[in-house]
Amino acid sequence: MRGPRAKAGPRIVGAGDSTLIVEFEARVSPAVNARALAVARAIAAAGFAGVRDIVPTYCSVAVSFDPLRTDVTALGAALEEAAARPAPRGRRTPAPIEIPVCYGGTFGPDLPEVARRAGCPEEEVVRLHTARVYRVYMLGFVPGFAYLGRVDDRIAVPRHATPRVRVPARSVGIAGFQTGIYPTETPGGWQLIGRTPLEPFDLGRAQPCLLQAGDAVRFVPISAGEFARLSGEAAPA
Amino acid sequence: MGAIRIIRPGLLTTVQDLGRWGYQAQGVPVGGPMDPYAHRLANLILGNAETAATLEITLIGPELVFEQDARFVVAGADLSPRLGDRAVPMHTVCAAPAGAVLAFGARRGGARAYLAVPDGIQVPPVLGSRATQLVSAMGGVEGRALRAGDRLEIGTAGGAHAPPGRSRRAIVALPARGAVVRVLPGPQAGYFTDAAMATLGASRYTITTRSDRMGYRLDGPRLEHARGADIISDATPLGVLQVPASGQPILLMADRQTAGGYPKIATLITADLAIAGQLAPGDWIGFEICSPRQAVAALIERERPFVQG
Repeated sequence: MRGPRAKAGPRIVGAGDSTLIVEFEARVSPAVNARALAVARAIAAAGFAGVRDIVPTYCSVAVSFDPLRTDVTALGAALEEAAARPAPRGRRTPAPIEIPVCYGGTFGPDLPEVARRAGCPEEEVVRLHTARVYRVYMLGFVPGFAYLGRVDDRIAVPRHATPRVRVPARSVGIAGFQTGIYPTETPGGWQLIGRTPLEPFDLGRAQPCLLQAGDAVRFVPISAGEFARLSGEAAPA
Repeated sequence: MGAIRIIRPGLLTTVQDLGRWGYQAQGVPVGGPMDPYAHRLANLILGNAETAATLEITLIGPELVFEQDARFVVAGADLSPRLGDRAVPMHTVCAAPAGAVLAFGARRGGARAYLAVPDGIQVPPVLGSRATQLVSAMGGVEGRALRAGDRLEIGTAGGAHAPPGRSRRAIVALPARGAVVRVLPGPQAGYFTDAAMATLGASRYTITTRSDRMGYRLDGPRLEHARGADIISDATPLGVLQVPASGQPILLMADRQTAGGYPKIATLITADLAIAGQLAPGDWIGFEICSPRQAVAALIERERPFVQG
């Protein structure tokens, strides 16, 4: 969208003395995001001493390190080299991960509002939300929270002006072009349209996160009965 | 194994180690000590690895009992620690006999004290760290602040631990009511007017009561954006100053989220975590814009006590 040098190539900026960030063109696009993920993989594979964290986001990668242990010049050079590579080609689009969602009712208290704004029936909102295969652009906010996009423009409603104090775990929401699932009960401003019986984040699993950046996701509508069966939880009336 | 038992928890006492690094790409916040230098110093003096878990004690300290003979060190903020009716010297190995009660009193300087015990607090690691992250309820004791009745296992008094009386100097002079910290411009200084950077370097901000381990919400002269207050969400490294539409900056600290959508005008230098981590709501904070060279020099200076062993 906006950026000091939105048209320029990737640039490397510092955040303090212990983080370097590669910033790509400031826009939400699968190609830009794929380049950010490729840089993150390259730096992880290089195994620099002292690197503490590699955080890819929509169109940037932040590498945090121990300034006493990391050769910052070498890290900067490696970032520059990795960032200059073209978008990775030949990586097959992964098969979509199917996420069952029970839409509306008490699980999706904002579905009527989203439908009103979209000027269509609730069923059409559900149809539009489930019609697309979404890309997982990044994880953030809380453990296991995946930012998916882009939703159909007709249902791309802005988040609430005042966030809810409590959003139930596994709620599925929309915020502008993004859609996502709340892994745990937190405050949150996204428009809630349904709930999934799956656990987005579970420390009991070898890989706690259900979704990883770069994954493809499709939402599948399920009934309240199926929700109850899959989650072992009482469905709403 | 020995143990300590919490009689009164104090305002906010949490188990911390150097943090849950390496999982931010999964959305897992880092956590860790607000003043990592004081945490490390407490461990160093006692003879622990710097990764050993300490208790971070905030402003109003806890009251706790050692269930067996144990050595300990209190570093960082001076919150008037005492063992029974005797004052506990800061930054010094002390010996607690079984049944002795460690308590705290008035805040004399700083905001966060660190209690190191032999081999560290023995809570189970979560994703490789014992650090308590309150928002994601991870690490420490059930991911929460300590409560009365909590019992924490620790190592024993013997072994390789330093003898009572061993002492070191504090890392920094404890701030009293406020302090200046050094920052480097960026990562998104270009989103602000030139005047905003000048304002940041010339002003004092108040740390508001809406501040916590996630960040310090500051109140003071407004920092003007040059091109809007929204960016595409990106990473939020330790110590960045993000500025929402209000123009009032937020200094992101240990428990910060992994990503955010506000431009970031400047970032605290690592060395001055030792100062920022010792500030509390009601204190003032000022920002001195420095150069990368100054940041490195400050870092080397800060590390001197650790290099000398």
